[in-house]
Amino acid sequence: MPTVSKGDGMRGLAVFISDIRNCKSKEAEVKRINKELANIRSKFKGDKALDGYSKKKYVCKLLFIFLLGHDIDFGHMEAVNLLSSNKYTEKQIGYLFISVLVNSNSDLIRLINNAIKNDLASRNPTFMNLALHCIANVGSREMAEAQKQICFLTWICSCFQGVVTAATSLITTLAQKSPDDFKTSVCLAVARLSRIVTSASLDLQDYTYYFVAAPWLSVKLLRLLQCYPPPEDAALRSRLTECLETILNKAQEPPKSKKVQHSNAKNAVLFEAIALIIHHDSEPNLLVRACNQLGHFLQHRETNLRYLALESMCTLASSEFSHEAVKTHIETVINALKTERDVSVRQRAVDLLYAMCDRSNSKQIVAEMLSYLETADYSIREEIVLKVAILAEKYAVDYTWYVDTILNLIRIAGDYVSEEVWYRVIQIVINQDDVQGYAAKTVFEALQAPACHENLVKVGGYILGEFGNLIAGDPRSSPLVQFNLLHSKFHLCSVPTRALLLSAYIKFINLFPEVKGTIQDVLRSDSQLRNADVELQQRAVEYLRLSCIASTDILVSKNSAKRASSPSLGFNDALNLNSTPSSGASLLVDVFTDLSNPAPTEGSDEHFTRFVCKNNGVIYENQLLQIGLKSEYRQNLGRIYVFYGNKTSTQFLSFSTSVTSNDLLTPQLNVQVKPVDPLIEAGAQLQQILNIECVSDFSEAPVLNIQFRYGGTLQNITVKLPVMLNKFFQPTEMTSQDFFQRWKQLGAPQQEVQKIFKAKNQMDTDVAKAKLLGFGVALLDGVDPNPANFVGAGIIHTKTTQVGCLLRLEPNTQAQMYRLTLRTSKESVSQRLCELLSEQF
Amino acid sequence: MIGGLFIYNHKGEVLISRVYRDDIGRNAVDAFRVNVIHARQQVRSPVTNIARTSFFHVKRSNIWLAAVTKQNVNAAMVFEFLYKMCDVMTAYFGKISEENIKNNFVLIYELLDEILDFGYPQNSETGALKTFITQQGIKGQCQTKEEQSQITSQVTGQIGWRREGIKYRRNELFLDVLESVNLLMSPQGQVLSAHVSGRVVMKSYLSGMPECKFGMNDKIVIDKQGKGGASDDAGKSDLGGGSGKQSIAIDDCTFHQCVRLSKFDSERSISFIPPDGEYELMRYRTTKDIILPFRVIPLVREVGRTKLEVKVVIKSNFKPSLLAQKIEVRIPTPLNTSGVQVICMKGKAKYKASENAIVWKIKRMAGMKESQISAEIELLPTNDKKKWARPPISMNFEVPFAPSGLKVRYLKVFESKLNYSDHDVIKWVRYIGRSGIYETRC
Repeated sequence: MPTVSKGDGMRGLAVFISDIRNCKSKEAEVKRINKELANIRSKFKGDKALDGYSKKKYVCKLLFIFLLGHDIDFGHMEAVNLLSSNKYTEKQIGYLFISVLVNSNSDLIRLINNAIKNDLASRNPTFMNLALHCIANVGSREMAEAQKQICFLTWICSCFQGVVTAATSLITTLAQKSPDDFKTSVCLAVARLSRIVTSASLDLQDYTYYFVAAPWLSVKLLRLLQCYPPPEDAALRSRLTECLETILNKAQEPPKSKKVQHSNAKNAVLFEAIALIIHHDSEPNLLVRACNQLGHFLQHRETNLRYLALESMCTLASSEFSHEAVKTHIETVINALKTERDVSVRQRAVDLLYAMCDRSNSKQIVAEMLSYLETADYSIREEIVLKVAILAEKYAVDYTWYVDTILNLIRIAGDYVSEEVWYRVIQIVINQDDVQGYAAKTVFEALQAPACHENLVKVGGYILGEFGNLIAGDPRSSPLVQFNLLHSKFHLCSVPTRALLLSAYIKFINLFPEVKGTIQDVLRSDSQLRNADVELQQRAVEYLRLSCIASTDILVSKNSAKRASSPSLGFNDALNLNSTPSSGASLLVDVFTDLSNPAPTEGSDEHFTRFVCKNNGVIYENQLLQIGLKSEYRQNLGRIYVFYGNKTSTQFLSFSTSVTSNDLLTPQLNVQVKPVDPLIEAGAQLQQILNIECVSDFSEAPVLNIQFRYGGTLQNITVKLPVMLNKFFQPTEMTSQDFFQRWKQLGAPQQEVQKIFKAKNQMDTDVAKAKLLGFGVALLDGVDPNPANFVGAGIIHTKTTQVGCLLRLEPNTQAQMYRLTLRTSKESVSQRLCELLSEQF
Repeated sequence: MIGGLFIYNHKGEVLISRVYRDDIGRNAVDAFRVNVIHARQQVRSPVTNIARTSFFHVKRSNIWLAAVTKQNVNAAMVFEFLYKMCDVMTAYFGKISEENIKNNFVLIYELLDEILDFGYPQNSETGALKTFITQQGIKGQCQTKEEQSQITSQVTGQIGWRREGIKYRRNELFLDVLESVNLLMSPQGQVLSAHVSGRVVMKSYLSGMPECKFGMNDKIVIDKQGKGGASDDAGKSDLGGGSGKQSIAIDDCTFHQCVRLSKFDSERSISFIPPDGEYELMRYRTTKDIILPFRVIPLVREVGRTKLEVKVVIKSNFKPSLLAQKIEVRIPTPLNTSGVQVICMKGKAKYKASENAIVWKIKRMAGMKESQISAEIELLPTNDKKKWARPPISMNFEVPFAPSGLKVRYLKVFESKLNYSDHDVIKWVRYIGRSGIYETRC
């Protein structure tokens, strides 16, 4: 055998590898490997010593077998022996084996350490190289500690470029671990880099690779610089900037060779330079230039380049200086998404689109992503879905667009839409009064499709159950039609969806008494009442019973309340129905738990205005705490139930609350706060009652202060309590004659307030009606000769006086304007009510 | 129902692709290749679900057959179909290999058109298929009208597996009882689990439309007759040569479609009109009173860290007049074996490194004999602290009796229209017992 062993070629290894490659099946491969392993074992075990060549060959084979994914538990000793060989190839294989296979706590580590020390001290630069490389790749702590001083010195003074290249790897690794120890390396690295970059090609002739000067060392130096912030010293900094500029300039020069190695080396340096520019993120000029350079690569023939360009652009997009520059490439990126053949590149394109999205281009990007989703690979669909959902919510300008987008998303890739996404849609629809009607209509239309995804059925069941009344006026979507549509999907759905649909049915009974009979028949059928699934059976039984017992009193009163004013009441009610009976015993109090899905904090001022026309809902939410309200008012008295929900997994300590009013408000409004427990357990909810008495009319609002300790830090939260004057309204019914008589009585100019304003939301009669009723006045039909106008009347009760109030709202659909006229017996009341109400349309 | 059927070679290249339903797209082919054939971890489950599509696969040597569906199908049906499909292909062109499939792809597509219709399996009886899907190309015009109509009436008729008007000069019947016996035994000789799965395979060359009746020593039948006082088993039975057990308890069995199941249910008698040629009449499984043909007694001793001594004795446990064949004992060796010395008194033994085992082969062995092997295994010390898991010693063999104790009592043939009787038919019965997974822990 040794006769063959001239040079580096190892015939045995080549034969073995080609045998493996020719194996037709996995089993054949395993057999071949087993045979080879047994052979190597017997050779290592054998009594006669092996020569260096065969040792190298067998170690190589072992390495190859290991890289194929098999366990290797012997041969380490032989590899260590190779380290002390004098032949380069043998030493190299030894180091290779060790850097791949030996872990730092092996028994052999001392032997290895010794060998490395010997090599470092040797006069042969290639041996030093090998040793340095090994330390850089596997170096354990003590190995490095012992030797870093030597290396550092070597690095500084070595005149061999090769040794420097090897040492740089090591220094980079060490610098990542303890940046402070190697600060001085920055200035050295910059010096070396500028020498390479600015040198004429002749100087470094030995190290020029296809017309690029020392590409490996440049890349390593640039990488080392990425461990540190931009140098503070101005001179050094300008020198570095100069280097980077030179590299960028070189990229624009025509290639000196057509060989692929030339462009590879050039681009490697360029990409590393761009990575450094991005890391520093301080030179707007360089960033923009880098971005333009990457823009060229986006259309390059080479797939790898396109991939790298997209990847670097992703990081560029997050920098404030280059964000705009990145955005100019949007068309190219979208094109890449559509035409690219390689899935990993498409994936990067999606990432980049996500990164470059902002308010100005969100519509375009989301639309592109949606259209791409239809043909996207399975592997990246889920990610795209999530991204679309996040973008749609983050940059939603109007919520109708948001609803459309998400429903589209469910239609296209329903399987990949996680629960959080559709929970979020419902949450948003519930909290935005103005999209409810639209959402109901869209969902209803989407459900018409013969095959729709289960997630859509879930959303549909929920939204129609809550807001089906908003579209019930249209004969094409009458209650019965809605119900039949939902029920046609029922049998195709899984158990949890069916349970949700059953809840939607009971809501239907609540909303539309006319379909009660039909729904009761459905609930009564054997497939429901005797369903094999306990959950469904229980729901069917309970809902059926509920609909029978609570028919006259409870349901009707609830019903009128719901149709009349507050969708929010329905919402609380819905949550009770929706949470599964098994999930907790404290259901009836636990009004808000289902809402605790991902919800960023929203300004509570916005919440405040939403509470003008409704009494219940979430007033505040952040990562820790959720505050919900339920309030009821009678004459001049009110009571607010505040629910504090702990969303975290640790308890809140020393929890306390107080309500403060400013000086103006104090005499006008009395607020009495019941004391609360100082502790909220993880995930628990606490209820507090506030009693309110209105002494005279007011325009300010009291403030609720909350203080608690979470994980050691004190948290302070203030929330404006939604107590407004209109809460103390008592609706008054009156005839047309009475109304006009009183209207004339309040004719004094200071008693009347009029305001003309533009409609902020869609002008919908049902919604407007609901809002006015929620505001607290009674709507009077047949008073105004124009049926499109609304006329209302009510009395505001305070402790000291009662103020009668008449109002008239004239919508103008063509001009999208409203005219609101209010007449009360007190000027301040008129003013305040007008302010409150005009905000709502 | 089956939406499509794909055949791949070992590299994952598609050899045959036949889609029956629109819900299966082109990317389904790739999905299976990527997620199963080229999966990083070997996929062991025969059913894989990828993106709401189910893939059922079987592997024949290096060839993958995958049935694809988006619907909720009966998985057992799909596998039965795939096995049938393999049988049909073997019957047409022999071994299922890449080359054979490539050479016969037109034929395979033709077969697929016939045996699956819009994803519903149709007649897959080889005998019937061979009458109208031939390998000689289309004879078209030469086929007479009569022949064509005969095919139609047969394929659509009540007895789809046999055509009328078959004639033989010699009426012959071959009956094979093929059993495979599975065992797991503790080192001390305690049976941990054992069962026999058997098949009755027939080859019939009979004229006309004969009615056959098959009887065996099924416990339920024997007990019933025993009560009735009938004594016909004294004369006709004992065609086989195993031990003198009277009756066996069959745990479960399945039949070829020609067997009248209603009659089996009511009288437990197996009567049928046989297909022409070779077919599998029934399959069954027994777990009680199994005759274990061989007993393996292992002795393993670890001498220090670098040496292992193994001694294995096998004893044959059946009538001395019978001969077992193709005996092979496979003794696993540790993964760090560096050398093996074997001494055996009978047969040949060899250490096979590629399989990490010592393989001991004996050509023939009579009943009630015993033989032994001893081996010295040298080990290479490793820095791995893992202990050797000691996999069980396994065995292969073939014996000329049925380990379950099954015996054929009678096989009667009635043909009323033609003039031959039961006595004129030449019948051959053969019993073969093979090893399935026959293991003893050591």
